[in-house]
Amino acid sequence: MKSVKIIVPFLLTFSLLSFSSCGFQSDELLVDDEEFGLEGSPRHRSPETVLTRSPPVTRKRHSDLDSDSKIQFSLDHAFGDSDFSPAGTFSARLKTWSHGGQSLTKLRFSRNSFTDEDKEKFKNLLKSDDFYRIRLPSNVLSPPGRDFVISSVKARCLPREGLDEHFVIHMEGVNVLAVNYGSPGSCPYPRNLKFPAKWSFNSHTVLKNSEQAPRAPVFTEEILGGENAEGEVVQPPERSFWAKYWMYLIPLGLIVMNAVTQAMNMPEEQATGQVPAQGQPSAGAVQRGPSSAARRR
Amino acid sequence: MAIRSFFVPFLLLVLWFYSSLSPVLSLYEDQVGLMDWHQQYIGKVKQAVFSTQKTGRRRVIVSTEENVIASLDLRHGEIFWRHLLGSNDVIDGIDIGLGKYVITLSSGGSILRSWNLPDGQMVWESFLQGPKHSKSLLLLPTNLKIEKDNVIVVFSNDRLHAVSCIDGEVLWKKDFETESFETQQVIQPPGSDLIYVVGFAASSQFEMYQINARNGELLKHESAIFSSGFLRELSLVSSETVVALDSTGSILLTISFQNGEISFQQTPISNIVEDSSGPAVIIPSSVPGIFAIKINSVTIFIRVIGKGKLEVVEKLNQETAVSNALPISESQQAFALVQHAGSEIHLVAKLAHDWDANLLKESIKMDQQRGIPHKVFINNYIRTDRSHGFRLLIVMEDHSLLLLQQGAIVWSREDGLASIIDVTASELPVERDGVSVAKVEHNLFEWLKGHMLKLKGTLMLASPEDVAAIQSMRLKSSEKSKMARDHNGFRKLLIVLTRAGKLFALHTGDGHIVWSHLLHKSEACQSPVGLNLYQWQVPHHHALDENPSVLVISRCGPSSDAPGVLSFVDTYTGKELNSLSLDHAVVQVIPLPHTDSTEQRLHLLIDSDKHAHLYPKTSEALGIFKREFSNIYWYSVEDHNSIIKGHALKCKCTGEVADEFCFDARDLWSVVFPSESEKITATVTRKLNEMVHTQAKVMADQDVMYKYISRNLLFVATVAPKGSGEIGSVTPEESWLVAYLIDIVTGRILYRVTHHGAQGPVHAVFSENWVVYHFFNLRAHRYEMSVIEIYDQSRADNKDVWKLVLGKHNLTSRISLFSRPEVITKSQSYFFTHSVKAIAVTSTAKGITSKQLLIGTIGDQVLALDKRFLDPRRSVNPTQAEKEEGIIPLTDSLPIIPQSYVTHALRVEGLRGIITVPAKLESTTLVFAHGVDLFFTQLAPSRTYDSLTEDFSYALLLITIVALVAAIFVTWRLSERKELQDKWR
Repeated sequence: MKSVKIIVPFLLTFSLLSFSSCGFQSDELLVDDEEFGLEGSPRHRSPETVLTRSPPVTRKRHSDLDSDSKIQFSLDHAFGDSDFSPAGTFSARLKTWSHGGQSLTKLRFSRNSFTDEDKEKFKNLLKSDDFYRIRLPSNVLSPPGRDFVISSVKARCLPREGLDEHFVIHMEGVNVLAVNYGSPGSCPYPRNLKFPAKWSFNSHTVLKNSEQAPRAPVFTEEILGGENAEGEVVQPPERSFWAKYWMYLIPLGLIVMNAVTQAMNMPEEQATGQVPAQGQPSAGAVQRGPSSAARRR
Repeated sequence: MAIRSFFVPFLLLVLWFYSSLSPVLSLYEDQVGLMDWHQQYIGKVKQAVFSTQKTGRRRVIVSTEENVIASLDLRHGEIFWRHLLGSNDVIDGIDIGLGKYVITLSSGGSILRSWNLPDGQMVWESFLQGPKHSKSLLLLPTNLKIEKDNVIVVFSNDRLHAVSCIDGEVLWKKDFETESFETQQVIQPPGSDLIYVVGFAASSQFEMYQINARNGELLKHESAIFSSGFLRELSLVSSETVVALDSTGSILLTISFQNGEISFQQTPISNIVEDSSGPAVIIPSSVPGIFAIKINSVTIFIRVIGKGKLEVVEKLNQETAVSNALPISESQQAFALVQHAGSEIHLVAKLAHDWDANLLKESIKMDQQRGIPHKVFINNYIRTDRSHGFRLLIVMEDHSLLLLQQGAIVWSREDGLASIIDVTASELPVERDGVSVAKVEHNLFEWLKGHMLKLKGTLMLASPEDVAAIQSMRLKSSEKSKMARDHNGFRKLLIVLTRAGKLFALHTGDGHIVWSHLLHKSEACQSPVGLNLYQWQVPHHHALDENPSVLVISRCGPSSDAPGVLSFVDTYTGKELNSLSLDHAVVQVIPLPHTDSTEQRLHLLIDSDKHAHLYPKTSEALGIFKREFSNIYWYSVEDHNSIIKGHALKCKCTGEVADEFCFDARDLWSVVFPSESEKITATVTRKLNEMVHTQAKVMADQDVMYKYISRNLLFVATVAPKGSGEIGSVTPEESWLVAYLIDIVTGRILYRVTHHGAQGPVHAVFSENWVVYHFFNLRAHRYEMSVIEIYDQSRADNKDVWKLVLGKHNLTSRISLFSRPEVITKSQSYFFTHSVKAIAVTSTAKGITSKQLLIGTIGDQVLALDKRFLDPRRSVNPTQAEKEEGIIPLTDSLPIIPQSYVTHALRVEGLRGIITVPAKLESTTLVFAHGVDLFFTQLAPSRTYDSLTEDFSYALLLITIVALVAAIFVTWRLSERKELQDKWR
């Protein structure tokens, strides 16, 4: 117990020291770190997203060094196993950081509306509960890059009021790692056949970059290298009287209470009369032992 | 009341103290060997050298394909000593020097070591460098001495070295200037001071160097051109003559370089062998005057008579192995031939100069399951009647090693078990009336004696001898090696597939081999390569009278698109039930979670053209499959270009042949990792048969979190391509590791995290809703283990009790992975001291018992680490409630408790894999670790809470009960008597 008491403040200070170096690390999954609303609505960019794979240094704004340029890349779609055809365009600003990294910001998406032929194809998909597939180039600078990044969803997941779709684009610099495509909400199984009321898309897009892993806590190095080690010794906080002497106080309390209860029992016993049951005299003697001894003295 | 209020904190304290104690898993000394067994192997023998000259113990030194050097007892086949060299330290040659040192050449000829023969201690080690990589040859001339030093001649890395046998010092070295010179043989004619180095330059030039063995001086260099070129193989027929084949394999060339003059003699094979067809190959051998060639499957022995004249001495149609020559006297050399003929093998020992006389001719019955002999080594001894006797060491096709002497197998070793490639477990048959239980308790006296001893042990009256007797009795207990199922499910069969293509069934009780089966060769497939094992039929309930069977997938040939072969093997008898030669390759095997009415599991085999084939090919299976047709998804990992793709079934194959069991696949999703920054190193999924007891996890604050339990999660780790080399080859800035959790149905990346300054190799294990992975942290210069736990948020609002009571929860609703997942993840990293060879996790029958990670350490031991140490919720200062829940205060590194090594004092040399199998008893899991050695034990991660331990004193319980019953009677009589007396009063 004592050693625990001493160690705890140590651990506390060291952990504070170790965490202060890397800042607060939220363990929350940043699902909506760059959520864009409906097409055409004002966009914002979360400044916290780490966009390139660089050591976690505090990044200063090199606005004069960073250069922006506009790029576009297209979204293709396919109905079932048909070939891919253009379905929309993503446009974004390519930001070049002073340390050489490149990243996309301010992503906009414009969706081509379905032609009648497309509508017919999509209806067929809905009837046969088949896949609606989309693809993006794996490199936005030199499309299609190494290969296309494909994603698909059962067509019956999309229709709501209109057609609701949700893109999560996983980026790595200018490379598209993967795109996750689906409905923004749930898509309960069994999927029921339902045709959309109006044939317009409600698109939500999210750009996602990799999270930083939390650093493993380092305790020992802090002890060796921290100022605390050679500086003033951390004084253990002054403990209360109770914390110091509880181990003596508890037995003492018990004894006192025992004595009190016996003292209270004694008068009753004498009052209850002179013919106790067979086993009781001896028990009484034992109980009365300490008090009678005290009285003799 | 006051007392109670005092006691509450005190009790809590005690509780906390107990809960913070980690359940240390350890054995007492006398429990070793009760539930665990350990077997030592060496692997397929490449080379063997006998050491029988001295009067000391007879032994044979072997080097194996598992890079083991071992000294075996020639009488019993036991291992005297053994060394496992690293996986990149391949042994090129071994020999015995001065009768007391074992000399080994390894690592592509760059490391020469000397080991003390009796005890295997290393005497010296020297590194031999050279300009370029080449064939490496080790030669120990018997009577070549430089200043009283015995010399080892080593040709390696295109340089000839003479090394002292005493201290490993290089005495001289010699380079060869000729470009593209490929050395084939280094010859030291006995009794001379010359060394010949012969080989080919370009493809048609024969080169001969004559070197003074005393100082490495080049005496002569000759070369001759043979216009039609050579095949790269030489057979030495005398110290100054070699035989080679021309590039077409149809002309034999006798090359002699007597006195430094090279002369060719051409002999077309058709001249000496009448009905020869097809190209010939030379079988490497070193029998003076005789060499062997192989045309198709016929082995032909040819003698060289005088000046380049050749004569066929014998043609053998069976599979034959030839030994090297063994000098038995001044002028005589003997060699051995082993032929395979049906269920027998024929052994012949002959003198090199006299083909017709046989020194030894024996036939030995051989187990069919051992296949054909691959190698033979000969050794002689003097019989009691002073004549020559021979003993042969043979290596069979299944990698087993046998010693034959006097027409019998003296001993055999199943060294195929040193290279296990896949393991699965099978139940034993249910105990029937016919099986006798107490077969081993021979007679009443023995039985009584055993029980007397046990009684003495419990009453602590036993002498040390008695204790030893009790211990050996416990170890030999007939119970554990019985061939029937037991109540607790501890007894099982481990079906293992070895690299040689042999199946073994090992009994988990004591590790003995129940049966073995070498994969069949058929007309269509001459050399099947075993790939994987799957449980094909696991009967339970209504199909109990059928035997369970396993499916063995093998490939016909070394290339990955070679056609596959399926074999179905009965696990009780080891009989092959059926074998199918497929017309397509097998790239991926997907066991489906459906079985047909005979409990055969449906399997989907994916071939190299991305077609899916359904097995078994029955209409019933097809019916089941059609129902689940649209719910089958799988993924494929293309390692070389870092792409992961998801697939689903499309329609029937559109080939020319109508095959209703073949289906086309389509790509649903793809993840393309940028090739310049990421490279896949590890992909892990959950075990298919893993049980999860509960989805809910109750937190300290009475909160509930729901584990995201999906069988369709894939963990992928990628590293920077630069950092995929050895640790330390890159700086922390240019190396990183990215971990992904990918849903394999939709291709959604559920979690993605980057570890900067981290480097592989990555070892990972996936269980329930968590992944633990191990890697190297370049910044901290330490290994690290990270954990990711993933929780389902869509069920998080099911916390209200009233909702549960009224049934307004969504816990039983079906989940569709096409919905947008609401998950949260927690992760944490810890330092870990060891580098890791394998990671596994314990698995129990119902998944209630807490989990332990089983870590195969670099020291070839298995360490059990409680999963609680790898909890992402560990914090520096856990609250009282969290402590009660069992959360351990945060530390930066994971503790290694010496008692938690499940292998206790043993080592599983060359550890490659750890397999856990649940027992029927919930608390217990069976652990099998394999490498060059095998190790098996039972583990109870939370102790055996559901059964009494073995040292539970039944006697004391019985005595207590008897005493209580007696006391009841006595008091009853007493009270009756007293009542009677009262009534009389």
